[in-house]
Amino acid sequence: MRRVAVIGVGMTKFSGKQDKTCVELFAEAAMDAISESNLKPRDIQALFMGNVLGDFSEGQGQPQVFAADYIGAFNIPANKYENACASASAAARDAFIWVASGFYDIVLAGGTETASKMGTPLATRTFAMGSDSRYEYPAGITFPGVFAMLTHLYAKKHGIPLEKLKRQMAQVSINSHHYGALNPKAHFQKEITMDKVLDGFMVCQPLQLLDCCPFSDGASAIVLASEEAARKLTDKPVYIAGVGQASAGNLLSQKDYLPRIRSRELSAKQAYDMAGLSPKDIDVCELHDCFSIATIIALEGLGFFEFGKASEAVETGQTKIGGKIAVNPSGGLKAKGHPIGATGTAQVYDIVKQLRAECGERQVEGARVGMTDTLGGDGGTIVNLILKRGW
Amino acid sequence: MEHRLSFKEYNEALKQNKLLGLKCNECGTITAPPKITCGECASTDMDVVELSGKGEIQTFTTVFVPAEGREAEAPYIIVLVQLDEGPWIMGNLTGIEPDKATMEIMGKRVKMGHAVFAGDKYSAGDGARPLFSFEA
Ligand SMILES: [Zn+2]
Repeated sequence: MRRVAVIGVGMTKFSGKQDKTCVELFAEAAMDAISESNLKPRDIQALFMGNVLGDFSEGQGQPQVFAADYIGAFNIPANKYENACASASAAARDAFIWVASGFYDIVLAGGTETASKMGTPLATRTFAMGSDSRYEYPAGITFPGVFAMLTHLYAKKHGIPLEKLKRQMAQVSINSHHYGALNPKAHFQKEITMDKVLDGFMVCQPLQLLDCCPFSDGASAIVLASEEAARKLTDKPVYIAGVGQASAGNLLSQKDYLPRIRSRELSAKQAYDMAGLSPKDIDVCELHDCFSIATIIALEGLGFFEFGKASEAVETGQTKIGGKIAVNPSGGLKAKGHPIGATGTAQVYDIVKQLRAECGERQVEGARVGMTDTLGGDGGTIVNLILKRGW
Repeated sequence: MEHRLSFKEYNEALKQNKLLGLKCNECGTITAPPKITCGECASTDMDVVELSGKGEIQTFTTVFVPAEGREAEAPYIIVLVQLDEGPWIMGNLTGIEPDKATMEIMGKRVKMGHAVFAGDKYSAGDGARPLFSFEA
């Protein structure tokens, strides 16, 4: 296998309802990533794109082929990845594998979504399609519902009173908004308070409005290149040191392993083993905080804290910049936003910016190794990437 | 290869208040809802069995913001129940005001009835699910 680097990244501002189409949004991010890589669209050999709901939000199937043509990467093979919220990460991991194998030298990976356009009722319905349509949806499951059930399981398993856990969870959202306020590309650029989180309307008991990430519109893209190509094109290659991916069946099939997510633990181990690294080596992590409790569960599954200890770690500031592990200095899904098909490569965008020390007030000083964690469905897909400075 | 128990057969039985599962002849595990192989050991050697529909609430939520088309049902309680035969299953809970449910209900014993989601324009038909109530 060859070493593979990320040599250019791009992302649109994440936001509420956009006038632009999912193809237009993707093109903006892609052109920025290509131009940052000192390449032209015709240099791209293949496009792997995450997109989940283009058909529902715009009546647009296979946006990847229109995007390839729209940016002038004429006639290249273009594939779409649908792994719910982990779609773009699955696209990026496959792009890595194709370049590492030697089949391609330069691949564009990314994702796009216009979920906010749909409005909450249809977005909630179509997001729930990432659950089991036969054995979960008839009971009326929604994604907040999944994580609400995991919250109760977590509280009971670890003997943490729900009121205490809720305040610790609120701190997750407060941290995300703090960093989001410093990120010009974030969907929400404002601080929130504990009172505001605890006063929000109830979405799914016990998750309130500000425990939940928004429906966002936006796109992101990254250019992956072989080491040989990367050396010619940039003096700041960010190498993909390790990748992992795993799947799981519906929530009920995960039984008493819950609230732990086995697919994450398997995926993260693959990535750590491949990189020859362990959790203590990670300087900055962009992880899948679709709901406040999801951050706490991810922090443990990724090995940053012992099981049952992450909520306290959040409370005591150990997940902020300067703490034990800097978590979601982009604002995360909560504040940066969550255009689901674009989220994974947007996480890569932020890790690459951190490793290049381009993050200004929210820079993690001296960051050399970063990690992404993306979850699709109720644990159905997990993808992890570990990225390292190449200079 | 043939299914031992298809969604359609499982769904029709549930509408008759019968909960069907698959017992593995290699490892003894019960798989429900059905799969084409054992949920534990992936054996295809399984027989259809009828389950008691009784078990214990493992976790729950009350949904206040439902999906498109489910507005009239909200608020409603979703539960994950561990059946006495081992599998976990997702259903709804009746017999308590949805907005009064607390973590106190976790661990409580329940028995099964059923309710049917009539389906919407995306679902290719209806789908029954267990509707649990507290055991007397
Ligand atoms: Zn078996």
